[in-house]
Amino acid sequence: MTVFKKPHALTDAPFHYCPGCTHGIVHRLVAEVIDELGIEGKTVGVAPVGCAVMAYDYFSCDMTEAAHGRAPAVATGLKRANPDNIVFTYQGDGDLASIGTAETVHAAARNENITVFFINNAIYGMTGGQMAPTSLVGQVTQTSPYGRDPSLCGYPVKICEMLGELEGPEYLERVAVNNVKNVKTAYKAIKKAFQNQIDGRGFSLVEVLSACPTNWGKTPSEALKWIDTAMIPYYPLGVYRDRTAGILPDSFKEGTV
Amino acid sequence: MAEKVLMKGNEAIAEAAILAGCRHYFGYPITPQTEIAAYMAKRMPKIGGTFLQAESEVAAINMVYGASSAGVRVMTSSSSPGISLKSEGISYLAGADLPAVIVNAQRGGPGLGGIQPSQSDYFQATRGGGHGDYHLIVLAPSSVQEMASLTIKAFDLADKWRAPVMILADGTTGQMMEPVSFDFEISPQPEKPWALTGTRGARPHNITNSLYLSPEVLEEKNFERYRKYDEIIRTEKMAEEYRMEDAEIVLVAFGIAARVSKNAVDAARKEGVKAGLIRPITLWPFPSDTLLKATEKARAFISVELSMGQLIEDVKLSTECRRPVYLCNRAGGMIPLPDQIHRAIMEAHSATAPGTSVSFSSCNKEDK
Repeated sequence: MTVFKKPHALTDAPFHYCPGCTHGIVHRLVAEVIDELGIEGKTVGVAPVGCAVMAYDYFSCDMTEAAHGRAPAVATGLKRANPDNIVFTYQGDGDLASIGTAETVHAAARNENITVFFINNAIYGMTGGQMAPTSLVGQVTQTSPYGRDPSLCGYPVKICEMLGELEGPEYLERVAVNNVKNVKTAYKAIKKAFQNQIDGRGFSLVEVLSACPTNWGKTPSEALKWIDTAMIPYYPLGVYRDRTAGILPDSFKEGTV
Repeated sequence: MAEKVLMKGNEAIAEAAILAGCRHYFGYPITPQTEIAAYMAKRMPKIGGTFLQAESEVAAINMVYGASSAGVRVMTSSSSPGISLKSEGISYLAGADLPAVIVNAQRGGPGLGGIQPSQSDYFQATRGGGHGDYHLIVLAPSSVQEMASLTIKAFDLADKWRAPVMILADGTTGQMMEPVSFDFEISPQPEKPWALTGTRGARPHNITNSLYLSPEVLEEKNFERYRKYDEIIRTEKMAEEYRMEDAEIVLVAFGIAARVSKNAVDAARKEGVKAGLIRPITLWPFPSDTLLKATEKARAFISVELSMGQLIEDVKLSTECRRPVYLCNRAGGMIPLPDQIHRAIMEAHSATAPGTSVSFSSCNKEDK
């Protein structure tokens, strides 16, 4: 009897991620959804620059590796060339919310029919723990050794809130993968983000609050707690935009200008 | 005879791209290549193609990377500052062995420079432009007809060699109007079994990628790519020779500079000076053997260019410094008049006359 098996959409290549890193969970969720929807054969994934740079070795579908921050542009090219393919990007916070901000905003503004997975762990992991656009105020990193000082480096970027104010995107949700309940919600969000593309609804982005024990200087269990105590208060979980379901930011509601 | 239409060079590029089967164009506005994007914006929706105005040149070239990965013929166009922005993406295309056509309608630089024609991106184009060991195949049209024919060739070369190809035009060749025939034989597009079209459950996954963390593997990838480049050098060089049969003073020029040079060659010939012109059509691979062969009869070479002495380096390398090489140039958006080039020919002629050992003063100091 098989009680546990790897999703078909994951290859046999062993992950290179650190102990306690939640990239593995998110990879698995994405792969499980690809299996469930039966779309592996027509899916094309875009790997970022950052910790998930080698995601092209981990997913069984066709994959490409984009320049830093440019995954939404690469995905746009792939999708426009073969609209029948299901195209997703998998990006970290430096990639999506710093160097690739323009590509993110404009793919969302165009309501490009792609699916974006945004792993927000509030730090640059691959390069060894520098301050990210999403690092919290006061967070100590290699390049904010005295804690992030907003008077010097501004405030962390809230991507779902920011993109929500655009007319374009179909669906924006922020989830976390630090406990079973949150993981289940994340699975549903990932599935919806793919289903939207299959249904031709347009741009869907799922922001996943994720743990980086290595660069946060915490144990894996402390790191999962830190998502609850530090990250979620600043980055509230929930659906920020779901046009089809009528969930829109206040500024889009009737009676507002 | 095939029907000809009067067209701007930039429009001829766009129409030829469509004829070559290009249905995907991604660009960002910049002068003086505007007509290409405008033409594509008008035509693509009518023929089931994609025209997309990207948020930046950076995004545009990465959309090209995506579309090329998907296996379709794809093009972008820009002008000098925009090409600098695209250079990172061009390096990725080269590193992932992806075909694409990139048009550079050059303008004066550096920096924001100007909007008048220039050839000052010669180094950038022929040496790669972005980071890492790679080359682009670089084609240099000098007429509206060639804007069309070389565009079709560019798509064929890109697919044949799985490499990005640049059409290095300039503000003049892009803007000028000439009659052009589109009576081309279009060869069928090759199969692309490497493309990201979805595994359909029928094959292992395809990956387009330029990352190789193992230095041994990355070195071998580079070696392999340079073996391909050796083949390109061996088989794809193109040059036009104009009145070269007995030429003693040899002009080397491409694009718009070559057209002005032809007038100067004719004028010098009328005065009994055996002048000729070699016009490289491929700037990379550079037609070095044509130049080297010309040293047998030539007394001197003159590099005629709209830049501060870039093409001249390839002239010196190709002729192995067997003959003096002089520079005749304008820069910043200026174009040399036939008179300036004619004077350069006459100076080179007397400076290198048998029995003289007079040093030659570069003609580029004149006409300023």
